[in-house]
Amino acid sequence: MTKKHISFQLNGRPVDALVEPRELLVHVIREQLGLTGTHIGCETSHCGACTIDLNGDSVKACTVLAMQADGGDVMTVEGLADNGALHPLQEAFMQEHGLQCGFCTPGMLIRAYRFLKKNPNPSDEEIRTGMSGNLCRCTGYQNIIKAVKAAAEKMQSA
Amino acid sequence: MSTSTEKLEREEKLEGIGCSRKRKEDPRFIQGKGNYVDDVKLPGTLFADIVRSPYAHARIKSINKDKALAVPGVHAVLTAADLKPLNLHWMPTLAGDVQAVLADEKVHFQYQEVAVVIADNRYIAADAVDLVEVEYEALPVLVDPHKAMDADAPILREDIKEKADDGKGAHKHPNHIFTWEVGDDEATTQAFNAADVVVTEKMYYPRVHPSPLETCGCVASFDKVKSHLTLYITSQAPHIVRTVVSLLSGIPESKVRVISPDIGGGFGNKVGVYPGYVTAIVASIVLGRPVKWIEDRMEHLSTTAWARDYHMTGALAADKEGRIKALRVNVLADHGAFNSHAQPTKWPAGLFSICTGSYDIPVAHAKVEGVYTNKAPGGVAYRCSFRVTEAVYVIERMMDILAQKLGIDKAEIRRRNFVKPEQFPYHTALGWELDSGDYPKALQKVLEAVDYDGLRREQQEKRARGELMGIGLVTFTEIVGAGPSKACDILGVGMFESAEIRVHPTGSVVARMGTLSTGQGHQTTYAQIIATELGLPSEDIQIEEGDTDTAPYGLGTYGSRSTPVGGAATAMAARKIRDKAARIAAHLLEVSADDLDWEVDRFKVKGVPGQEKTMKEVAWAAYNNVPDGMEMGLEATNYYDPPNFTYPFGAYLCVIDIDKCTGEAKVRRFYALDDCGTRINPMIIEGQIHGGLTEGFAVAMGQQMPFDEQGNLLGNTFMDYFIPTFVETPFWETDYTVTPSPHHPLGAKGVAESPHVGSIPCFTSAIVDAFSHLGVTHMDMPHNAYRVWRKIHELGLDKHE
Ligand code: FES
Ligand code: FES
Repeated sequence: MTKKHISFQLNGRPVDALVEPRELLVHVIREQLGLTGTHIGCETSHCGACTIDLNGDSVKACTVLAMQADGGDVMTVEGLADNGALHPLQEAFMQEHGLQCGFCTPGMLIRAYRFLKKNPNPSDEEIRTGMSGNLCRCTGYQNIIKAVKAAAEKMQSA
Repeated sequence: MSTSTEKLEREEKLEGIGCSRKRKEDPRFIQGKGNYVDDVKLPGTLFADIVRSPYAHARIKSINKDKALAVPGVHAVLTAADLKPLNLHWMPTLAGDVQAVLADEKVHFQYQEVAVVIADNRYIAADAVDLVEVEYEALPVLVDPHKAMDADAPILREDIKEKADDGKGAHKHPNHIFTWEVGDDEATTQAFNAADVVVTEKMYYPRVHPSPLETCGCVASFDKVKSHLTLYITSQAPHIVRTVVSLLSGIPESKVRVISPDIGGGFGNKVGVYPGYVTAIVASIVLGRPVKWIEDRMEHLSTTAWARDYHMTGALAADKEGRIKALRVNVLADHGAFNSHAQPTKWPAGLFSICTGSYDIPVAHAKVEGVYTNKAPGGVAYRCSFRVTEAVYVIERMMDILAQKLGIDKAEIRRRNFVKPEQFPYHTALGWELDSGDYPKALQKVLEAVDYDGLRREQQEKRARGELMGIGLVTFTEIVGAGPSKACDILGVGMFESAEIRVHPTGSVVARMGTLSTGQGHQTTYAQIIATELGLPSEDIQIEEGDTDTAPYGLGTYGSRSTPVGGAATAMAARKIRDKAARIAAHLLEVSADDLDWEVDRFKVKGVPGQEKTMKEVAWAAYNNVPDGMEMGLEATNYYDPPNFTYPFGAYLCVIDIDKCTGEAKVRRFYALDDCGTRINPMIIEGQIHGGLTEGFAVAMGQQMPFDEQGNLLGNTFMDYFIPTFVETPFWETDYTVTPSPHHPLGAKGVAESPHVGSIPCFTSAIVDAFSHLGVTHMDMPHNAYRVWRKIHELGLDKHE
């Protein structure tokens, strides 16, 4: 299959890749570009483990073609911390015990990141709805909600 | 500053037992730096993908690989015929049966592994899978386990049909796997005959799937030059995997290294050995390159181990006051096409005989009969200890039903039958020794916290208005921490656990265990145990698990065994170190070890203030100044074989409101009180409980794996299979009491499974309670809106007056 050349911003840095038109973005990020923080849990856009930020929206990278990212701006969990300083969401997940096995965590964090940009001061109910595209089998969500709230408060007061 | 404040401060600095210490594993996970199996990248890796059967029962007439092999980038296509010369086309299961690695002449369930394709990448492998041509001849399908032993039932297992007896008793029928009985049948019958009241109920515990967020997978890498195999695998039990791989392949264990990297959840699903693993290993040996196999979600739900599928009949005999005289349970267990449930080998129904629950029941009898059907093999402990979930379900349901029959409140009937605090250790009618408990206290605390009487009054009012509100109540007892090796083994290996602790000269520690964390935070909690035992800060204690080359042999993490067994091994190993340290300290202080007191982090000479040596100082001395005749160094290993199981318990209450138009059941309140003995890290315990309750909610309210009459699995994606999201999941309230286990070195009992085991019957109890005034005694799970609505409709409650 002929490969196409794509370029996009990944966590603030330009990257290039040669991809087959059918290749999924999640595979290109994980396997070609070597960032394995973005996980695969279902490949059918149900679980959200593969959530990334693409051009200012949360998207599930398992159902996006790599070609669709051409020229775009992508952020993954690896781009959350700023020069080694953890993002308030990362801090809050740790403080509030918002993770167990950690498999859903990158997707949760990157979804919460976009969610809080759109709704900086959410209620519990709004967090439940806003995050409902991301599944977790371990935590029962309660501490994730706490973590998102705590991060929101911290970001507001900053 | 008083001495006691100073002492408390030293204690706090250790972050030992009882501290809600933040997790050591989090920094890597929140930065995307976990290392899960699919993240393992070895140079030259090939990808495996599996050709699966569309039929539930069929003969394979031919397999044509030509077109698949012609695809550029395809390296091999393997079938049973290729594995046969290596004698790897079948493999032993943990339950003493065999399972086809790749279908040998016949397929026994839909999605069974028929061939494996090895290619340069996953895309090419998937393309080639579609090009493998398999010709099938469909055979009659056996779906209903009740028909498994009919005279005209299709015989599934032609490979073993000649075996009349495989050591598990005589086979009544070629589809019969085992009959397991426990208790006193005759005395039970007599008690039933003599009883004032008898209640009986049939209930089905549906087939469900643990479905951790990460599916199963492995990377097998065989080094031809060194004849050495490295296997990265999603396994809750890496040491057992190594033994099985070694037995199967003939490669000595010393040349097999199994590494369980970070695991994205297990919940019982990642205990067994699956065909995908074996084919990846074979392919790596044959091709001399690393081979990665990662299943997709559909394969995961369709073929790797599911749980439950118990058709149960419970019966209680009681007097007029509701005091139980006898219990009888009969079970028909659907094991699928191969008996590959993961239970201790001697226990074909696991620890199901804990079905006498928290109650003082004089006689009991339980019988479980296992049969083959044309469904995927399994029957694992989905976040529970070996069939305990089923056992707790049946007894808790029967308690409600007895209460209803006698018109006694369900809290009261439990109170009347509890094993009393003074009766411990209590010997159950089915052979267990309950170690400790205070059931009335737990129940009372919950009833008061939720204002039970107030809830009952509210329910009365609602019923008068025609509204549906249900109150569920459960007082469960679990049996975990398998187990005493005289009672439990897996493939002949006793179910001990191990820990190896090394204290370095500067007082930092590396410790390795045979268990494996799949999200429970062992790196955090084991360090806390060692911190308290040795008086060295948690922060300086490094925990390692999951690499069979470095960790001592252990049976793994499932059945809530890490704290009861692994935690005990850790404490015992640490105590060996402290004993040696005491002798070194005595030597340094020129006194006898008997003259020393241990206090938090130091040895003090009795009655001589200021004469003391800290553990840190002793650690240094252990490497340069030990008493004559003593070996240098400060390390110890312990293999802990527990004297008994542990018996965590709890009291759960659930309030549900049901919409009469839609059948939607909303959990208004869920209050969970757990008693897991000594609490090592309350934050982690609470997290485990939230997770377990959510998985319990999933099972009770929506999970099931339905089959049509052709054996087609009707729900094997996240579209159909219920995984609760943020939106459906209720808010959880948690509480606790502490009744330490008398035989565990720390008094700890294990906790992660209690909320799953205990909550499931509690949801059913609440749902049924909403209809109990209308004579409904039981409703089978899952309690999804459609099924609840059907009950509403059947009772005519949706008619408008
Ligand atoms: S892997 Fe993309 S949503 Fe599940
Ligand atoms: S922490 Fe395991 S899936 Fe969320």
